[in-house]
Amino acid sequence: MDKHTNSDSRARLELAERNLQTQDTEISTSGPTLDQVDQARNSGAGSAPRNTEAKSQGRLIRERFFHHRGALAGMALLALIIILAFSSIGFAGIPGWWDKEYDVLADRFNEGKPTLSLWPFSLGEHPFGQDVLGRDYFALTMRGIQTSLIIAFIVGMVGTAIGTLIGAVAGYFRGWTEAVLMRFTDVVITIPTLVIAAVMAGIVARSGIIPFAVFLGLISWTGLARIVRGEFLSLREKEFVESAKSVGAKSARIIVRHILPNTVGVIIVSATLAISGAILLETALSFLGLGVKAPDTSLGKAINDNRSALTTRPWLFLWPGVFIVAIALAVNFIGDGLRDAFDPKQTRVKQ
Amino acid sequence: MFYFIAKRTVISFFIMFAATTLMYFLTISSGDPFEDLGETSGPEKAAIVAARTAALNLDQPPLMRYLLWLQEVGYCIVPGGVQCTLGTDRVGNAVLPQLENAIGSTFRLVIVATVVALFLGVLVGIVTALRQYSTFDYSVTFIAFVLFSLPLFWLSTLLKQYVAIDLNTWLANPQLSYLAIAGFGLVAGLIWSVVIGGDRRRRLTVFGTAAIATSVTLFVLLVTDWFINPALGPIGILVASAAVALGWVALLAGFRRRRITYAALATAAAGYVGYLATAPLMTDPNWLIVLALLVTTILVSLAVGTIVGGPYAGQARRISVVVGVSIGLLVVADRMLQAYPTLSAKAGGRPIPTTGSESVNLAGNFWVINLDYALHLLLPTMALTLISFATYTRYTRASQLDVMNQDYIRTARAKGLSERTVLVKHAFRNAMIPITTLMAFDFAGVLGGAVITETVFGWNGMGKMFVDAIGNVDPAPVMAFFIVVGSAAVLFNMLADIAYAFLDPRITLS
Repeated sequence: MDKHTNSDSRARLELAERNLQTQDTEISTSGPTLDQVDQARNSGAGSAPRNTEAKSQGRLIRERFFHHRGALAGMALLALIIILAFSSIGFAGIPGWWDKEYDVLADRFNEGKPTLSLWPFSLGEHPFGQDVLGRDYFALTMRGIQTSLIIAFIVGMVGTAIGTLIGAVAGYFRGWTEAVLMRFTDVVITIPTLVIAAVMAGIVARSGIIPFAVFLGLISWTGLARIVRGEFLSLREKEFVESAKSVGAKSARIIVRHILPNTVGVIIVSATLAISGAILLETALSFLGLGVKAPDTSLGKAINDNRSALTTRPWLFLWPGVFIVAIALAVNFIGDGLRDAFDPKQTRVKQ
Repeated sequence: MFYFIAKRTVISFFIMFAATTLMYFLTISSGDPFEDLGETSGPEKAAIVAARTAALNLDQPPLMRYLLWLQEVGYCIVPGGVQCTLGTDRVGNAVLPQLENAIGSTFRLVIVATVVALFLGVLVGIVTALRQYSTFDYSVTFIAFVLFSLPLFWLSTLLKQYVAIDLNTWLANPQLSYLAIAGFGLVAGLIWSVVIGGDRRRRLTVFGTAAIATSVTLFVLLVTDWFINPALGPIGILVASAAVALGWVALLAGFRRRRITYAALATAAAGYVGYLATAPLMTDPNWLIVLALLVTTILVSLAVGTIVGGPYAGQARRISVVVGVSIGLLVVADRMLQAYPTLSAKAGGRPIPTTGSESVNLAGNFWVINLDYALHLLLPTMALTLISFATYTRYTRASQLDVMNQDYIRTARAKGLSERTVLVKHAFRNAMIPITTLMAFDFAGVLGGAVITETVFGWNGMGKMFVDAIGNVDPAPVMAFFIVVGSAAVLFNMLADIAYAFLDPRITLS
């Protein structure tokens, strides 16, 4: 420490903060990791001291993430769905390998039943069957996946960004800032998401899917804002914030460097929930007839259009539903993996 | 505290005011109120347009319409000569009577779903956190993720289409093959063994006990035709009362302090005597009698707790009240089950209804009517609960894991407290802090979800009123729906903040 006393205050601040951070992690790590045990054993046996390779924070997170089986499965599933959806019927004018269009009416083949067979694997003429009008349901479902995915990711990003910002600022600064922001949140949270979406979606959906998605993002941040604020209220009273303040760290720095990393788990969980929630919200709006409008189609719209055919043509109800569940499931598992990877407090050693 | 509540009430009023303004202008700008008339023409159209214009004040500018609507609401808040109607819909009918018709069924649905989801979600969430990385944890995590990923109306339709029909068919002739009975036993054994955990020998013991107990119970229930004439009966209540008393003591206090155990058992005995004594009163009661009996139960439990509890009177009183109320619930459940054969016969042997919120023109005593409500609630509640359950489980698990890694838990363990005390007193309370916020938030979500569920199950509740009115660009019913939903959300947010301060002393209310 002594040799730093003469250097400028900036460096001292950095050092003080770094010490604080290492202390934080040391306290919360429950036991020695396998590496440390190995090292101790090696040095005890009298072998030459070995330098352990330093790992950056990013690398640690990546390693933890790629050891999470659920997350890997989720990634694989999501990647498969994305590749399938975008390569089959193409996107934005680029043609895909599937030769049928989702909006072309045709004669019904074999009463529109699905021709997909898994063993021996063959797609057949219409793998997911045809709808009442004879449109190829595979192409329609793929198109629906594309739309639903685009909507979901935009909603997730917009909602998470706004929610985190408002929650963090309100929770950290308290006082008037908190009062104004939280009252605003209260006004929006008072109106259930589905209700406010239902009122406006009919209008916004007419101007296309991107404005529709941004609109859904603009109304689905409230839950996260409250949760982040709650975390901040508790964390800002912790000693490490006190210490960071005492060494002169600015508010923005404390929020971003000290408190936010501790809430990253909550934010990530909420962000993934927001993405899967957006898919479900879009479905629900379509069910009420307020979602994506023709000529666009989405998974929700596909189900809703064929709702009455549930008893006679269950596959029309089944396929979009299966893909909704699969996408949401994959996203949720990725979120879980990310949370385990980011959270410095989670014990990583299996008990 | 009082100052806080007063302040929040005033703030809540202004929040509601701001939110209604937002809602009103969004609603009236969401479409064309004459859209459904479309291509029609002639004198009929002119007449409808004129009537609708008068009912919705369409000749006024939007701001004036909003003020006129506020005036209608004002009549309801400020007592005066003018009748409270909450405005008129586009046909000219008052909205308030429609709302009164719709509100009961919706609130029944939402409250039951929230309570069930909260209870199960928190319970399962805590168990998964305590058995982190066990098979049980992974299975529940997977199930919760699947439930998160299910679109509510898709799930509701599937439940309606498949579960209801199969369950009804089975209930008409409740038989299971030996293989199925053994299957249920195996599943129960597996669940219990992974929940309780421990080493291999203990897991095997638990597995065997649970599997055999479940199979035998199921077999006895089937043989005695329990599914046709279900009831707990005096013996069932006696056994269940004792079990409930011991269970609560084990959970909340532990058996180290004998006086508390005695107090709980004494309350159970008193409850059982009360059950026998009030039997004639309970054959066909009304809500007033039920409420009076509940108050009596609580008072008697308090007295028993104080007398028997001795030096631990405070804790004994709390546990006695919990035991007393639990036994009351058992008795109510027993009575409802006894009403089942009557109701099932009235429904033509298909007791689980798939549409509507209550049977039309149902004549019967208090229990038959309430069981009818309960059975109508079954499927929609299941749909709503499953989805909220996933949320509660995940958040409870995360929160509990977070708390279990805190220093004060290590301190509590280090000073030699029993694991039960550490979990219930030190960890559980702190783990519930984030859940309070979640609950306030989730309640509004469930109300929104009720809109979907009501549409699928054909309920004539607030959700249907709202959806119809949105389609018609008819602001008064939409706003009536919103006043109820919004007030509930505001109230729950306030309660969450109070609970927050109550549970976490670091946060002050002021």
